[in-house]
Amino acid sequence: MVKYCELFYSFFKIGTFTIGGGYAMIPLMEQELVDRRRWMSREEFLDQLALSQSMPGVLAVNMATGLGYRLRGFRGALSAIAGNIVMPVLFILLLAMLFRHFRSNVFVERFFMGVRPAVVALIAAPVFRLAQSARIGWSTCWIPILSALLIWLFDVSPILVILAAVVGGFLYGRIKK
Amino acid sequence: MLFLQLFWSFLKIGLFTFGGGYAMIALIQSEVTVNHHWLTPQEFTDILAVSQMTPGPVGINTATYTGYTAVLNAGYEPWQAVLGALLASGSVILLPVVLMLLAVIFLQRTKGNLYVDNIFRLLRKVVVGLIAAAALQLLTADSFGHPGLTLQFLLSLSLFAAVFILSLRRVSPILLILASGLVGLIAYSL
Repeated sequence: MVKYCELFYSFFKIGTFTIGGGYAMIPLMEQELVDRRRWMSREEFLDQLALSQSMPGVLAVNMATGLGYRLRGFRGALSAIAGNIVMPVLFILLLAMLFRHFRSNVFVERFFMGVRPAVVALIAAPVFRLAQSARIGWSTCWIPILSALLIWLFDVSPILVILAAVVGGFLYGRIKK
Repeated sequence: MLFLQLFWSFLKIGLFTFGGGYAMIALIQSEVTVNHHWLTPQEFTDILAVSQMTPGPVGINTATYTGYTAVLNAGYEPWQAVLGALLASGSVILLPVVLMLLAVIFLQRTKGNLYVDNIFRLLRKVVVGLIAAAALQLLTADSFGHPGLTLQFLLSLSLFAAVFILSLRRVSPILLILASGLVGLIAYSL
């Protein structure tokens, strides 16, 4: 059984070292929980990702809540959430107090100029890894491509795309039956 | 009174944000700069920049920083501003956490149900597209510099390609972020 402190520590690392928000955290969570700790399968991870994106709230906290609950129940969820946000909250509080002296530091800005393209690449790379575990093949690759294009080019809300998938999956089940 | 308003505002923000922290930003902005005038738009933009450059979920960072600054701006003491910050970040996640717990419990009970299984089989494919869209939306001049034969643009493309390949080979993302930051620090300082 997964220990609360292990859960806390795993999410603590992820929350503390990820710059760029929830989507940048997804590959770290995947590596930590699925590959390194082997606490859950890639399919279960993807299920939680779909659920986290269809529910309101901060994506990273939704992931921590769902994954923590799946692994260790209610207290597991609390451990994961606490681990995920404790350092970011303390860090941003410190920054809020010191911001005026720190804001225009040229070295900080240069460091982040290097970090930003890396963050984009870190979000793009898992698309191909996740495509395998989502069983996307030549006959189904239009589904993620269409979803991405609708959101990117036509500003369709991700909520609508997810709702459409729910309705589609439901109808497909009916027809097959 | 201010604390009660903060709690209520961020409760609403949490409940009505779909699509993660980046979608939350527009909501926080209208609530704290338009509805309540807790912050000036200029202050909010500064907060946003810091929230995106520091570790952690962008929604949590923005809420924390906004709560702190709003209370301080209203003339309270710094320790009360810290309470405001914790209140804002706590109330922004309160309802989503409760809803997520209910959803996971419901789904674990319906496991093996044909309809639920089919829905998730399709959702897994769609979610991959959603992540691709997030990456595509970040392909901007803010992240890469303006296209052209400039140091920033060429270096950004190289960093993107290198991190992309290394990440597929399962090099630690934390290592990749730190290394990219160092490369930027050295290259732009020369």
